[in-house]
Formats: sequence, structure tokens, C-alpha cells
Amino acid sequence: MRSQDLGFRLATGAFALVLVLLVCGIGVELARVSMPSIQRFGFAFWRTSIWDPVAGEFGALPFIWGTLYSSILALLIATPIALGIAVFLSELCPAFLRQPLMFLTELLAAIPSIVYGLWGIFVLVPFVRSLETSLPDALRQLPLFSGPPLGLGMLSAALILAVMVIPFSSSVSREVLKSVPAAQREGAYALGATRFEAIRAALFYARTGIVGAVMLGFGRALGETMAVTMVIGNTPQISLSLFAPQYTMAAVIANEFAEAADDLHLSALVEIGLVLFIITLLVNSLSRLLIWTMARNSAPASVTAEETAEAAA
Amino acid sequence: MNRTQFRKLVSSLFVAFCASAVVIALIPLAFILFFVITQGIRAVNVEFFTHLPQPVGEPGGGMANAIVGTLILSGLAALMAVPIGVVSGIYMSEYAGSRLASITRFAADTLNGVPSIVIGLFAYGVAVLPFKHFSALAGGFALGVMMIPIIARTTEELLLLVPGTMREGALALGATRARAVFSVVLPAALPGIVTGVVLALARIAGETAPLLFTAFNNRFFSTQLTEPISSLTVQVYTYAISPYDDWHRQAWAGALVLVTIVLVCSLLARLATRRLERMHARG
Repeated sequence: MRSQDLGFRLATGAFALVLVLLVCGIGVELARVSMPSIQRFGFAFWRTSIWDPVAGEFGALPFIWGTLYSSILALLIATPIALGIAVFLSELCPAFLRQPLMFLTELLAAIPSIVYGLWGIFVLVPFVRSLETSLPDALRQLPLFSGPPLGLGMLSAALILAVMVIPFSSSVSREVLKSVPAAQREGAYALGATRFEAIRAALFYARTGIVGAVMLGFGRALGETMAVTMVIGNTPQISLSLFAPQYTMAAVIANEFAEAADDLHLSALVEIGLVLFIITLLVNSLSRLLIWTMARNSAPASVTAEETAEAAA
Repeated sequence: MNRTQFRKLVSSLFVAFCASAVVIALIPLAFILFFVITQGIRAVNVEFFTHLPQPVGEPGGGMANAIVGTLILSGLAALMAVPIGVVSGIYMSEYAGSRLASITRFAADTLNGVPSIVIGLFAYGVAVLPFKHFSALAGGFALGVMMIPIIARTTEELLLLVPGTMREGALALGATRARAVFSVVLPAALPGIVTGVVLALARIAGETAPLLFTAFNNRFFSTQLTEPISSLTVQVYTYAISPYDDWHRQAWAGALVLVTIVLVCSLLARLATRRLERMHARG
């Protein structure tokens, strides 16, 4: 290797290293700023549910609950739809419709979160409120639907998250389905399978990758901030009710950080951010691992987490 | 009904479900675009682009400061992210097999998945806390961090699409590795990379969460990089959660501008990619 070439390698490598350092830097910096809160509260921070910045009491359980509950609800709504879209676009769609439909579904991912939020406040929330008030009284007795119908609350948050997550899960699932060898479907058809049965075989073959795609959507939902902040009602409470206003980890940071009462409050909010960072890191790594395993096992068309970047852009 | 008929029925139901899934996903899209356009058009006028925000109660006013702010913040982000992103993309494609390349790839995907609010916290710790001051620079830094992985991965992907023979040709003529990359390989992929940068810009211009406590907000016109600066997104947020009708109208107008930016960029990128694909097909 010529010395100039070595220089080139080192120089470009230094830039590549910046990305690695950024990821480590985020973890270290968040841990550093949240140290006062970690030392003061320890694990109690995650087990208690009183959040009172003025009195200096910080328990983050309601935020974890809100984040997980809203994201899981969103996934329950989004997954069947995202899979349906992926199957339709990769297996069933007439060729002339495919490109425009792909463009439109990906547009859902391009719309800024704040625009979702604005639409959520003024269109979705009133709609959800009217849905809630029209619910028969018999059902209102269930814990799932208890409380006054405000519109602002878990249901609105889950619906808006579902819409935002669909393009991610569906575009990755589509790529995963594309990487299923044609022989799988041909084999099924040769045995006399109907369209559904052949596609079911393909879906089964691609199951690892599809779980990965769904988890990728989960990662997105966990960290989504603005749209959720604007419609979830921002009340720290743990409730199963879809009508109840609740709070998420990202939302409490967005709402309170700029006006944090004191250093301890600030530090507590950063600790929430640190845990959010770690959770999304784990979820995303696992989802990428699944997608990658799937892609490697069905060699020809390779699928990687590039799709994430594409869908995001 | 016999078994064959039943299986056929299930199959058609399944096809119908998949088709309706597409329709279900497009309904919110249609509704969002419909409301943003109809509500936004009513509030957008020349004043919106040339005036500063008015205090509560006084009608009119605009978001001139926020529009300039978003341009400045996006510019700062690009200034930081384009060199780092493109060069690390070059590294990942040129030394694709190396260990650092796979680590970088992993880091890029990880960074891409970090919630934007967490990036905001990081930028606060690095660029606000030491100076005890919200600033445009801190906001640009936060957006830049979000932009780097997108550009790095796009660059890598596009460079890998350039035929290996082109690189080999340059090397065979005695070019150094750097020369081969910068004079032959990179120019071949440039249109695609520019498209990627435009898409990344469109995406970060729509970010709110990382700006809330880095660039903060500013009611006045400011181009000072060390001062807090307004942005379209934060301004829309402030107006949206306010109780005033005038401000709500302004928020819709801001949303219309944001959505227009995104739509125009996506369409341009789409056309550009199409042309590139056709060139490759002919190539």
C-alpha cells in the first residue's frame, strides 16, 4: 500500500470514527448529566409514581407505562395494516399502481411530526371525543373505557402513533418479502395452493424479518415526541383506560425541560432520556439483527437496515 | 360450500383485506393534506412571509423570523453533516470489509434510530450547558447529528452502485486511491448523493423536538448564531398549543409551508432517482 493511500484510509477513517464517537458520546453525556438524579433516587426513580418537581419528588413509572402502553397499542393497530400494505405492494398490486402507491405510503413517513400533532389537536381529538361519547354505557363500565371522554388521551395518541409507524413497518416488510425466494411461492402454487396459501407460505418463510420490521416500528413509536405530546393529555397516571389522559417519557422531556425548576429536575429528565436511549438502542439493534439474519439466510436480494434510512428520508 | 370454494373465499377475503389496508393507510394522509391545505391557504399571505409575529390580540403578523431561522438552522446542520456524512460514506464503501466500516455502519443505523428528543438532550449537554445559553449553533448541531447517519448511509449505498470497473480503470492508470475516489467514483454518484442530501434537509427542517431546548425560540428577527433563534416547527408548536384562534390560523399556515417543503423535495428526489435509474438502465 502506498503511503498516500494509507493517509487516505486514515483520513476517511477518522470521519467514520466520528459516527461511532457520537453514539458513545450520547450515552456518556446523558449519564453524566443525569448522575445527580441517579445517585439521589437510585432504582426508586423507576418504581415510584409521584412526579412533583416543586417538592423535589421524582418517580418515573407513569412515563414508562405511558410510553410502553401507547407504543404497544399503536403496534396492535399498525401491524396488520402494515403487513397488508406490504403484501399488497409486493405480491398483489398491478404494476402501474405500485410506484405511485409506494410513493404515497412513504409520504406518510415524510410528514413532519409537528404537522401530525397539529392535525391531531384540531381534527383527530374532536373526532375521538365524539367516538368516545357515542360509546354505549354498558361498555363504559369496562376498565378499558373508564373515565370522562376528553378526546385527549391514550386512544388519540395510539391512533396517531399507528399512522406514523405504518410506513416504517410496511416498507421494511416489503423488502423482506421481496427477498423470499420465488421458489417458495412457486412450490406452493405447484401444490395447488390458493393465492392466500402461497402468500402465507412466503410470510412464514419471512417471519424473522417481519418480526424485525415490526420491532423497528416499535422503536420509532417509543421515541416519537411531538405528535404524542400534543394529543396524549400530559397527565402522569397509570391507567388501562384508553380515554385517560396519560404521559410518555419523550413528552415529559419536551414539556418540562426548557423550564426545569432546578438542577435535580433537569437531571431527572435527562435520566428519563438516558433510559429512553437505552431502550430504543436495544429494540433497534434486535430488530436489525432479525432483519439481517433473515437477509443472510435468503441470500440473493439483500435487505439491511438501509431501508430504515430510506423510509425515514 | 365445499372445501375448494371455502379456500377460494378465504383467499379473496385476504386479497380484499390487503387492498383495504392500503386504503386505510391513505385515508389519514388524505385527511392531513386536506386540512393542512384548506386551513393553511386561508392564513397564508404575503404578510406571513415578510412580517414578524404579532403579540396576542393583534391580528396579522407572520413568521418571517421563523422561516429565516429554519433556513439558518438547516444550513448549519448541512455544513456539519455533509462533510462528515459523505466522507464516512466513502470510508464505508471503499473499505467495506474492514472492521471499522461495520462498526460505523452499526453506529449510523443506531444514531438514525435514536429518538430526536434524546438528540436534543445530548446537544443541550454539549452545546448549551457549558455556555449557559440557548443558541442557533446548538440547534444546528442537534439537527446536524440527526443528518449525519442519513447522509453517510445514502453515500455508501450510492458509491457501491458505481461499477467497480470505473474505480479499477482509474487505479490502473496510476491514480492514487484518493484520486480515484474524488475524480471518478464520487462524481459518478454525485447526482444521487445530492438527492439524498436534499431529502435529509427536508426531513430535519421538519424536526421540532431537538430544537425545543437548543435553539429555543425567539420572537424577534435574529441571525445571530450565538443567540436563540426561531424556527418554523417550534413556532407552529407554540401557536398550536396556545388558546388563541389567530395563532391557530398561523400554525396551520406554518404547517402548510412545512408540508410544501417536504412534498416538493420528495417529488424532486423521486424525479431525480427516476432519471438516474433510466441512465443506469441505458448505461
